[in-house]
Order: sequence, then C-alpha cells, then structure tokens
Amino acid sequence: MINSRFFNRSELLGFLSLLLLLAVILPLFLDVFRLNLVAKYLTYAFVALGLVMCWGYGGILSLGQGVFFGLGGYCMAMFLKLEASSVANTKIQSTPGIPDFMDWNQITSLPMFWKPFHSLTLTIIAILVVPTLLAFIIGAAMFKRRVGGVYFAIITQAIAAIATILIIGQQGYTGGINGMTDLRTLNGWDIRTDHAKVILYFFEVFVLFACIITAQFIRLTKLGRILVAMREQEDRVRFSGYSVANFKIFAFCAAAMFAAIGGAMFTLQIGFMSPSFVGIVPSIEMVIYTAVGGRMSIFGAVYGTLLVNYAKTMLSESFPELWLFGLGGLFIAVVLFFPNGLSGIWRDHVARHIDRLIAMRSSKSKKAWAIKSAADGAPAE
Amino acid sequence: MSDEKKPGLHSPLRRKLLMGMAALPAMSLLPRTSFAQAPATSAINTTGLAVTDTEVTVGILHSVTGTMAISETGSVQAEKLAIDQINAMGGVLGRKIKFIQEDGASDWPTFAEKAKKLLVNDKVAAIMGCWTSASRKAVLPVMEQYNGMLYYPTFYEGLEQSKNVIYTGQEATQQILAGLDWVSKTKNGKSFYLIGSDYIWPRTSMKIARKHIEGKLGGKVSGEEYFPLGHTQFNSVINKIKLTKPDVIYAAVVGGSNVAFYKQLKAAGIDLSKQTMLTISVTEDEIDGIGGENIAGAYACMKYFQSLDNPNNKEFVAAFKKMWGEKTVIGDVTQAAYLGPWLWKMTVEKAGSFDIDKIAPASAGIEFTKAPEGYVKVHPNHHLWSKARVGQAQLDGQFKVVYETPELIEPDPFPKGYQ
Repeated sequence: MINSRFFNRSELLGFLSLLLLLAVILPLFLDVFRLNLVAKYLTYAFVALGLVMCWGYGGILSLGQGVFFGLGGYCMAMFLKLEASSVANTKIQSTPGIPDFMDWNQITSLPMFWKPFHSLTLTIIAILVVPTLLAFIIGAAMFKRRVGGVYFAIITQAIAAIATILIIGQQGYTGGINGMTDLRTLNGWDIRTDHAKVILYFFEVFVLFACIITAQFIRLTKLGRILVAMREQEDRVRFSGYSVANFKIFAFCAAAMFAAIGGAMFTLQIGFMSPSFVGIVPSIEMVIYTAVGGRMSIFGAVYGTLLVNYAKTMLSESFPELWLFGLGGLFIAVVLFFPNGLSGIWRDHVARHIDRLIAMRSSKSKKAWAIKSAADGAPAE
Repeated sequence: MSDEKKPGLHSPLRRKLLMGMAALPAMSLLPRTSFAQAPATSAINTTGLAVTDTEVTVGILHSVTGTMAISETGSVQAEKLAIDQINAMGGVLGRKIKFIQEDGASDWPTFAEKAKKLLVNDKVAAIMGCWTSASRKAVLPVMEQYNGMLYYPTFYEGLEQSKNVIYTGQEATQQILAGLDWVSKTKNGKSFYLIGSDYIWPRTSMKIARKHIEGKLGGKVSGEEYFPLGHTQFNSVINKIKLTKPDVIYAAVVGGSNVAFYKQLKAAGIDLSKQTMLTISVTEDEIDGIGGENIAGAYACMKYFQSLDNPNNKEFVAAFKKMWGEKTVIGDVTQAAYLGPWLWKMTVEKAGSFDIDKIAPASAGIEFTKAPEGYVKVHPNHHLWSKARVGQAQLDGQFKVVYETPELIEPDPFPKGYQ
C-alpha cells in the first residue's frame, strides 16, 4: 500500500477520519446555513495548515498571515466585484460600470491595477502568485540578513498593521474599512444560493485535502527534514552547507500561498472581504487556531481551527455579552494544560490506547491463525 | 459538532410543505375562533416567519463587545425598552414580542453571519440593528437575499435605499445642510475647516458640506483633513487651524478619537466659546468620554438631544433611566434606535401582516406622534422625515438646544447637485 508509506498508521487514521467528518458526516447532518459556517471555519484551516509548515516544522513564527489571507481574498473579491458592477447593475452611479465604492470616492475610471481582474484565469494566477511574491520579498529581505525568531514575528506584525492602514486609507481603490461587499456571481453563476454554497463547500474540502497532501508530501521529503533540523539547530544546518535562508523563504512562501487560497475561498463562501481579516488581531487568532490544534500536526491544525471557531459561534450565540471570556478561558486552558494542543492530547492519551487495542487484536488474530493452521497440520510460521 | 436538532428539515421545499401542513389545523379553526383578540397566524404570516399565536420573534443585532460596544449599547437598551413598552401595551397584532440578541462584535463579517443566522435559522420577523455604515453594508446583501427587514438607527451618508431597510436616522443632507445654513447666518461663518475620520460617512458628509459651502453659502473651505479611525494625534491639524483661523471648524471625527481631539484643542488654547466649532459626530454618549469641560461651547447638529423639552421626550427619558439607571445618557442614535420597534409595530398593524413583502410598501406614510424627537413620518424611500437641531454642549455633558428647523426635512438619500 502506498498510503502506509505516505502516512503512518495514526496519520492515516487522522486523514480518513477527517475525510469522513468533512465529506460525509457534516454535509449529512448540518443544514446549509451551518454547513456554510463550517466552510468559513475551514478557510482558516488553510492558514493554520501553512502555519504548521512554517511555524511547527520550520520554527518561523509569522504573526502576519492575515496579510496573505487578505491578499488572496481581495484578489478574488476584485474579480467578483467587477462582475457585480456591470453597467446595468450600477446605472444610478455617476460613473456606471465601476465598483460602487469608487463612485463614492469620486473616481471616474477603473484604475490600471484593477483591469487584470476582469479575467478569471488572471485572477486565479494573481491569488497564487501575488501573496507568494510578497512573502518571497519579505522572506528574502529578512532571512538573508539572518533576521529570525522574535524579530521576524514583530516585523510580520508590523506588516499586518501597515497592510490594514493601506487598505483603509486607499478606500477609493480598496473599499476602505467597509471592504468589498455585495459580491454576487462567479462567471455568471450565482454564489449566494444554497445550492452554490453546498457545491463550494465540497470544492473547498477537495482543495483543502489537496493542500494537506501537499503539506504531508513536503514534510516527508528531504526538504521537510531540513526544515525540522533548522528549527532544532539552525547553525548546524548552516555549517553542513545548506542555505538556511532559502529553506526558510520556501516555508514562508508555501505558508503564504496556503493562506491566500484560504482567503480566496473565504471570499467565495461569504461573498465579502474586508480589512478586518488583514490586521494584527486576526493574524494572531490564526496562530491561536494552530496552537490549539497542535502546531506540529497537519490534522491537528484543521481540528483546532474547527473547534475554536465552533466554540466562538456557539458561545457568542448563547452568551452575546460574555462569550469573549469563555473563549479567552479556552485559550488559557489549552496553553496551560495542553501545550501541544489537540494533537498532543490525542497522541498522549488516545492514540496509545488505540495502538494497544490494535496490537491486542492483531496478536489475538495471529494466535487464532496459528492455532487454526496448527490444526490443519501446516507449520505455524 | 452538530447542533441541528431537526434532522430531516433539509430542503426548503419540504420545510414549506411542513409549515403548510402545520398551518392546516389552524385554518380549520378559523370560522370558530373569534377575531376580537388576534388574527390567525396563518393569515398574517404566509412566509414562515417566527410568529406563533402568542409570540413574534425579532432580532437585535449590535456590537456588545469590541470597540463599537460603547456606542451601540445605548441602541440595544433603547430597543429593549421599546419592546418592553410595546409588550406592556399588548404586543403586535396580539402577539408579544420576543427578541433574540446577537453580538456583531464590532466585526463586519460577523454582522453578516449573525444577520443570516437570525433570518435563516431563527426566522425573525424583523431585525433592529447595525450601527456603522460598514456593518450595514455587510448586512444589506443578506437582508436582500433572504428578504428580511432591518431597522437601522444611525445617521449615515445616504446613497442607499433598500426595500429591506428602514433608516430611522438622518441621511447626510438632513443633518448637514440646515446646520451649515444656521452657522453661516448666526455666526457669520464664511471660512470652514473640515476635519473627519477617514471612512465613507465623513468623506461623503464633507463632500456634501463642501458643495453647500462653496455653492450655496458663498463661503470657502480653508482646509480638509481626514484621519484614520482611532487616530489620537491631532496636533498638526490644530496648528494648521491656528494658522488659517477659519470662522468655523466643521468636524466629523468619530468614536474614541474624539477624546484626544477635544482635549488637544483645549490644550492648544483654542477656546470653543470663542472659536465656533460645529460637529456632526458628537452626541451625549461621546461627551461621556470626552468630558463636558473639554467640549463645552461647541455646537452639534443632530435631530435629537436628551434635553429636548417636550412631553414625549420627558416620558422617554424617565422610562429609559428607570430601566437602565440614572447615570445613563441618551444620544441621537439611541433615540433613533428606540423608534425602530415602534415603527415596525405600526407598520405591521397597518399592513395587517408580518410578511416582509406587505410591510415594505406599508411603511411609507407611517406616522409616529409619540416619538421623543417629536412627530416623525416614514417617506416612501424608507427614510424618516425629521427636523434638524443645533445644540450647544454644556459643562454637565448635556446640550442646550439653540436652533431647530421649523419644518420636517424631507429625506433625500441621492441628493442632486451634491454628488
């Protein structure tokens, strides 16, 4: 079996149970509204997945993943917004055919950098390339100068703050603090219907699993091992002749690309993009999802994201004025008692028992087989 | 993870069928029940809203956490007070109002998510909510898609009109023009310095103000500056003000920035009893944070002040303080939020139905004579006819009303010549 080499047993179990949960159980038991919420949570799982690679494996803590999430989301939103701002839809504006917020800000023609977003192909390329390119520039500038650790985290946080201010300040080009709202169709296909939401959900789950497999693949290659080595002893890796900076840049770029895919999915699912996903607070929240799930575990990150967001929704629906305390308590509890997050709990408390059970059963069946073959007169192994 | 307790209710068609079936027994009762008490649910609710024979559910959707909580709490309190009072009078079409409160958490996408939850899951008959333009813009597509009804309380920039929203605050021209006319006439204001927070409402408001100042009043704008939300360093603009010496400082600085702005003005030696300052963004709520001593003398243009002297308002202020404590203050938006449930009740009773498609057209012409701000009327464009008033801030944090337009001003969300 190829899988048994690609995933070890507990990883395979994690993979299959996640697949079962996302592709079968949730769609069967949730109505479209709740399924759409899960879809929203899962968009953050892309970011968490990227953080597992760059923080968990590579040891590079980025507190600015919101920037990449936002860039991906904004690229998608620009395409959808242009489609929603057809001349027919915007007749009441002083300049029909441009997005409504441009009209409010006295802009009379579509800016140059918006033009490529008329094409879906170029948009998809932009979603993947623009954030990765930005990550590359940041990474090259930092890691080549051997800026790392806390300093890197602080700089990514500053970049998140700058990005928010830029987006809010340039409201004629970006929609400002309102963000881009009222997105309707994707190439003529109405993304607001229940039917579309379900299709988008399955599409998202598919893409998420593609990303999970990519992440797992990277982890198992030599590259993945170098990343871990770098985290543990950066200098030794450097002395062994590897270019540490390049590997770090790679991990950071990959995390940025995953985040951007998540952002684009978010825009599609929610029909909405705003600077409130770009700033410092959401970026740190994304790190929390990863921490709750367990920063070393690909599946843990997905479960962590789902759990935290589910708790957020449930607590805020039940206790609109107190829910933040509950959420804060949850984070403190996780960090204090389960430093390795959900995946740590799983590994230390659950997986052991499962392993023992499996071992018991296989030894039992082996025994049974041995007795049976002995009875048949065949040599017992 | 599933919290859905009703497996089997997946397709909307099935849901409708079930609902139709549920309504059947009620219909068979129709000839026998008397209509004296309340009309049958099946007759006044044909779209499956959360209406039973004794109750109707509405949603309250404001931020009670995050940076906007300080502003929106007043709106929540006013809406709860109105619902209480309506219930005490027997409710709407014989049904008591029950509310489900959701927290927008000062986060626009959360607003959209919660609005959708209220409409799709809870099937609320109306939503009282939103505060910032950004939250309204986020919620609007949801309201239109699921055909809900939103009562939106804040004064805002206009340029919007929807079947699914009733705007109980002023649109920009209602708030701005009369105030500018007043200041130009009584204070002989010829030069204006415009200062605002950097987002859609101040920008649009200043655009309208500039056109009015330059076009109608023959004055000039000696400066126009915007600062990011939450900005606290106003020294550079205060220096420019000192240099240009405008007749009037015209301000639309919002939220927490106000505290720094007025304190720094005072520290820079600008005395608001000599320098005319007209603001469109400071209500009693904001003065609570700024401190009366820092802003006393400034003028604000609003449609409502807590100090308004009329019997409706006295009753309202007394009831509000009884319910929420002596120390609470009531700002312009809080009063507008109070109108929401009342206007909705009257509209539903006029339409004789909770259906959104019936109350949207029935809204036009609804009159509320007991409004604390005085008489208000709903325009066919879903905004309110209202007066504009100018108040001068006092040391105790209240406003003294110095001017009031004689007539109600017609709402004009798409003002010609000001765009």
